[in-house]
Amino acid sequence: MTGGSAATLLEVRGLTKIFGSLKANDSLDLKIGKGEIHALLGENGAGKSTLVKMLYGSLQPSSGEILWKGEPTVIRNPSTARTLGIGMVFQHFSLFESLTVADNIVLSLGAGHTLEQVARDAERLSAEYGLPLKADSHIGDLSVGERQRVEIVRCLLQDPELIILDEPTSVLTPQEAENLFVTLKRLRDEGRSILYISHRLEEVKVMCDRATILRHGRVVGECDPRQETAASLASLMVGSDVAEVRRKAADRAAGEVLLDIRGASLPPATPFSIALKDISMQVRAGEIVGIAGVAGNGQSELFNLVSGEVASRADAISMRGEAIGNLGINERRRKGAAFVPEERLGHGAVPGMTLTDNLLLARHASDTVAFQRLGRLGVIWSDMVTQATKRICDEMDVRKSAENPVASALSGGNLQKFIMGRELDRQPAVLIVNQPTWGVDAGAASRIRQALIDLAASGSAVLVISQDLDEIFEVCDRILVMHDGRIAEAGSAAEATREKIGLLMGGAHTERVADNATETGEGAHAH
Amino acid sequence: MGMFEAILLTVFAAATPLLLAAIGELVTERSGVLNLGVEGMMIMGAVAGFAFAQITGNPYLGALGGMVAGALFSLLFAFLAITLVTNQVATGLALTILGLGLSGLWGEAFIGVPGVKLTPIVIPLLSDIPLIGRLFFAQDILFYVSIALVFAVSWFLFKTKAGLILRSVGDSHGSAHALGINVARVRYLAVMFGGACAGLGGAHLSLVYTTQWIENMTAGRGWIALALVVFASWRPLRILLGAYLFGAITILQLHIQALNLSDLEFLPAPIYGLMSVLKSIPSQFLSSLPYLATIVVLVLISRNRRLTLINTPAMLGQGFVPDR
Amino acid sequence: MRIEVSRRQMPSRAFAYLSPAIALALTMVLGAVVFMALGKSPTAALYSYFIEPLTETWSLHELLIKATPLILISVGLSVCYLSNNWNIGAEGQYLMGAVAGSAIPVLMPEFQSFITLPLMLLLAMAGGAAYAAIPAFLKTRFNTNEILTSLMLVYVAQLFVDWLVRGPWRNPQGFSFPGTITFNDYALLPEIFPASGRANFGILFALVAALLVWLMLRKTMKGFEIRVLGQNPRAGRFAGFSAAKMTFFAFLLSGALAGLAGIIEVAGAVQHLNEKLSAGYGFAAIIVVFLGRLNPAGAVVAGLVLALTYLGGEAAQISLQISDKSARVFQGMLLFLVLASDTLIHYRIRFVTSGAAAQEAN
Repeated sequence: MTGGSAATLLEVRGLTKIFGSLKANDSLDLKIGKGEIHALLGENGAGKSTLVKMLYGSLQPSSGEILWKGEPTVIRNPSTARTLGIGMVFQHFSLFESLTVADNIVLSLGAGHTLEQVARDAERLSAEYGLPLKADSHIGDLSVGERQRVEIVRCLLQDPELIILDEPTSVLTPQEAENLFVTLKRLRDEGRSILYISHRLEEVKVMCDRATILRHGRVVGECDPRQETAASLASLMVGSDVAEVRRKAADRAAGEVLLDIRGASLPPATPFSIALKDISMQVRAGEIVGIAGVAGNGQSELFNLVSGEVASRADAISMRGEAIGNLGINERRRKGAAFVPEERLGHGAVPGMTLTDNLLLARHASDTVAFQRLGRLGVIWSDMVTQATKRICDEMDVRKSAENPVASALSGGNLQKFIMGRELDRQPAVLIVNQPTWGVDAGAASRIRQALIDLAASGSAVLVISQDLDEIFEVCDRILVMHDGRIAEAGSAAEATREKIGLLMGGAHTERVADNATETGEGAHAH
Repeated sequence: MGMFEAILLTVFAAATPLLLAAIGELVTERSGVLNLGVEGMMIMGAVAGFAFAQITGNPYLGALGGMVAGALFSLLFAFLAITLVTNQVATGLALTILGLGLSGLWGEAFIGVPGVKLTPIVIPLLSDIPLIGRLFFAQDILFYVSIALVFAVSWFLFKTKAGLILRSVGDSHGSAHALGINVARVRYLAVMFGGACAGLGGAHLSLVYTTQWIENMTAGRGWIALALVVFASWRPLRILLGAYLFGAITILQLHIQALNLSDLEFLPAPIYGLMSVLKSIPSQFLSSLPYLATIVVLVLISRNRRLTLINTPAMLGQGFVPDR
Repeated sequence: MRIEVSRRQMPSRAFAYLSPAIALALTMVLGAVVFMALGKSPTAALYSYFIEPLTETWSLHELLIKATPLILISVGLSVCYLSNNWNIGAEGQYLMGAVAGSAIPVLMPEFQSFITLPLMLLLAMAGGAAYAAIPAFLKTRFNTNEILTSLMLVYVAQLFVDWLVRGPWRNPQGFSFPGTITFNDYALLPEIFPASGRANFGILFALVAALLVWLMLRKTMKGFEIRVLGQNPRAGRFAGFSAAKMTFFAFLLSGALAGLAGIIEVAGAVQHLNEKLSAGYGFAAIIVVFLGRLNPAGAVVAGLVLALTYLGGEAAQISLQISDKSARVFQGMLLFLVLASDTLIHYRIRFVTSGAAAQEAN
C-alpha cells in the first residue's frame, strides 16, 4: 500500500464520521509520507471536507484513529493541530474582512507573538516564497488571490510539517496557479508534506506524487497520478461514466442580436464591491457566450445589472432591440429573459421555503395567468404551482427526499437542477447564468451544461459567467474575460488559448491583449 | 460654585449612566451580539443597587450588587440568544419586558424609602484646581469608573490579543470557529460584560442621580445607550462624546423647565426674551427633547450608508451554529 | 453538562404547534415557584390567575375588552415581524390613533351623527398609520434603525398625550383631573350585550382584522412577498419585490391597526381620553405575536391568554394580596419561554455530559 520509501508522517486508520443517519466518512485508510504532495481526489460531497476537518481538529471522528508520526493522537481542536505541526489553507470562511493581514495572522498563532514581530515575519516570509503581501492592508481590500497568499503565509509562519490545501486553485488565474505550484514544490523539497484536495485532474497529474480517491465517503482507490490518464482518474472519482456533453459540430449560423449591452457603467454599491467600467457585449440567437474571470472581478455586479436587480440607463442594455436598462427584473422576465444567480441558497432560492414557493419566487410575475387567480387580489393557484414544480423536477431529474421539501434540504446539484429547470421551463429567449455548476456533482453538472447547449440550439441567446475555464471551453462559442470590472474579448472558443485568457484574467496586459483580442474577435465575426 | 459649574455637574451626573450602559453594549455588539435588553438590565441594576445598599447600608456594596445583578440577568439573554440561537431582537425585547416587570415587583417595597447615596470622592489638591477641579476630581466613584472604562475598553479592543479575538468573532464567527476560537464563550463573556456595565449604570440612577427607587426610572436610557453605540460607530472614545451630548440635552431641558424668569431680569433684553420663549414651551415638549434628539442623531449618522457598512460588526445580530 | 444544537433539515411541524403550549406550561411551573417564593400557595395563586377570571360573565366581558387591542396590534405586528420590519413602537401608534380619533368628539362635540363613529375609526387608523410612517420613512430614506426610532416615538407620544389632556383638551368641568370631556353617545362604541357586561363591538373588528390578514398571508401573493422579504431580502430582490415598499406597507398596516385599537379603547371602555391610556398594550402585543407564532389566527388565542394575565393579576391582587406587577413578570417569562421553545422547531437539542467530551460527536 505505501508507495515509495518515504517515512509515514500521518496515518489514518478506519476513520468514520457519522452525521445523524449519514456516513460522511466510512472507515477511511490513508497514509501521507514525509516530503510528498498527496492528492485527495473526489467529487463534491465525497467526504473530503469532513476528513480534512477531522485532521485539523474542527470535527471529532465517530470512530477510527489518527496516527501522527506513528503515535495515536487525538486532535481535539485546531490549535492542537497547529501545535502538532498541521497547517491548513482554507477554501472559504477563514479570514476576517475588517481586520488587517497581520491581525489575521496573529489570531492563528499561540500566545507570545507581538503584532509588530508577526508583521515583520510575514512580510519576510511572503517575499521569500514569492507571495508578496503588505501586513497592514485590510483583507476586505484584497483580491481573492491575495487572500489566499495570506492564508498560505499564515500557515507557513507556524512552520508546519503537513500543509492541507482545500481546492486552492479554484480561485486563481492559470498563471497564479502556476506560481502556486512552484511554491508548493519548493515546500515539498524542504521536506514538508502537502495534502492537496482537488477535483481538477490535470493539476493533480502534474503536481502530485500520490493520490487517494474518495467516493461516497469511502476510499475507492490509491494511485500514482503521474501514471494515470485524466480519464482513468475521472472514472475512479465519479464511479460511472458521466454523460459527455454533446454539441453539434457544425457552425451555427449567427442569429440576430438578442442581448446588447453598450457602454454600461456602474459605481460600486458597497465598499467591498467592484465598479463596472464601460461594459459592451452582444449575444446572438443560438449563441453561448462565456465570461471567464477570477471571482470578485465584477461578475456579480454584471449579473445584477443585466438582471435588473440594479437599474441603469435605459439604453445601456437592450433585449431584442428594445431598451430595457431601466426596467425591473420582472419586466425583463416578461420580455423573455431568465436569470440563474451564482448563489443558490439566499439569492436564487429561499433556503427555508419549499420548492413550490421557490418556483413562484422567479415565476410569479412572468406567469401571472398560470399561477394566480382573482386578479388584483393575487390569490395563489397552488394546484398549478404544484403541477409545474412536479413537471420541472421530473424533467431535470431532481432527487428529493420528500414531495415538496425546503430548498436547503436538497443537495447543491439537485437544487441547481431545479433552479435551472425553473427557468428553462419557460423557454426563455435570453438566459443569463452565473457559475452554472459551482459546487455541483459531475452528473448534475453534465446535465446542466447539456441543457444550456440545447437551449441555445433551439434559438435562444445564452450568457454564461463562470470561473471554471474547462466549463467555458466545453459549452461556449465565444469567450470574454472579466477583470476589475472591465470586459475584454478573447475570441471564439476555437481560437482562444488558455494562456491568453489567463493573461486577460490577471489583467496583466489588459490594453495590449485586449486590442489584439478585439481585432481577432471582429475577424471572427466577419468570418 | 457658579451656576455654570452646577449645571455642568448635573450634566456629568446625567451622562454617567448612559456612558456606562453604552460602553458595555459596545463590547457586546463588537462580538456580534445585538442585546436590546439594555433597558431591562439597567433597571435590574437600579433596583438591585438600591436593595443591596439598603440591606448593607453601604452604597459601594449597592453598586457592586447592581453590577452583579445586571451581569446575571444578561445571562438569561445569553443562554437564549447564544446557546439556543433565538432571534436576538425578540430576545432582547423579552429581557427588557421581564426586567421592567421583575424590578417593579421587587422594588414595590422601596417606593418612598429614602436611599443611600454614593458620596463623592474628593481628590485632594486636584479638586482645588479652578473650574475643572470640582468637575473632574470631586465626583462619585462611578464617574471615575465610567471614564476609566472607556479608555480601558479602547485599549482592550485595539491593543490586546483578547480584544482582537473579540473583534474577530464579531467580524466572522465562521472564520473564528475554523481557527479554533470558542465563539460561544467569547460571546457569553461579552454579553455579561455588557450586562455588568448596564447594571452599574442603573445603580448610578438609584444611588447617585436620584437616590431613590422609582418604578421605570430608567425612562428609556437603555434605548438611548443603544443609539449611542450606533452614534459612536462602535468606537469607544466617541461614546464619551455622545453620552455627554445627551447628558447635556437632558439637563438643559430640565433647567429650562425649572427656570425662574424673575431671577433673570438682569439679562440683556434679547437673551431674556429668548429665555421667556423657551420657558413658555410646555414641559412635555421639553421632556421629549432627548428622545427626539436620539432620532435626529441616528438619522444623521446612518444616512451615510458607506460609513455604517464599514463600521458595523459584520455578524451583528446573527446567531451561530457550528455546521459540519 | 453542555447543550448542543444542530439545525434540522426540515422545520418540525409537531413542535411548531407544541412550542407555545410548552412555553405556557413552563411559565405556569415557574410562576408557581415565584408564588411560593412570595410565600403564597401556588395552587391558589394559579387558580386566581388563570381560572377565576373565567368563572364570571362580567369578567369574560372584561377579558374581551382587554384582548381587543392586544389582538388588533399583534395582527399588524405579525406582518411587520414576518417581513423583518421591527416596529416596536406600536404603543405610540396606539396613542396617536386614539388622539386622532378623539379629535372629533373633543373638538366638535356638537357633531353628533351616525357617521361620527365611523369617521373617528378612520381618522384613528390614519393617525396611527401616519405616526408609523415616520420610522418607515427614516428606515427607507436614511437607513435609520427602525427599532430605536419607533421606540423613541413612544415616549414622545406619551408626553404628547399627557400635554393634551392636561392642556388644550382638558375638560374644563373635570376639576383638576387630567382628561377630556366624556364622549357623546354617537362617539361611543356600542356594547354587544349591555345586560351582562361591558364588551363592545371592538372585538369584532379584531376578529375580522385577524381573519383578513390571515387570508392575505396564507393565500395571496402579498403574503408570499411578506415572507420572502422577511426571510431573505436578496432573494426578494431577485423576485422583483421592493423591500422599501414592504417596509411602508408593514408599518402603515400595523400603525393603522394599532390606531384602531387606540380609538376602540377610548370610545369603548374608557369613554374619554386620559393620561392613563398607555397601559403597555403595544409592548404586551409583542409577546402575543410570538406566542401566536407570527400567525394572526394564533394571535387571537394568544391575545386572549395575555388578556387573562392582566385580569389574573388584578384577581390575584384582590384575593391573595399579590402585587399586580406579577402580571408583567408572567408576561416577560412567557415571552422568554416562547422564544426558547421555538428553538425546538428549527434545531435539535442534545444534552452532552462533559465526561463524554472525547466521544462527543458520536
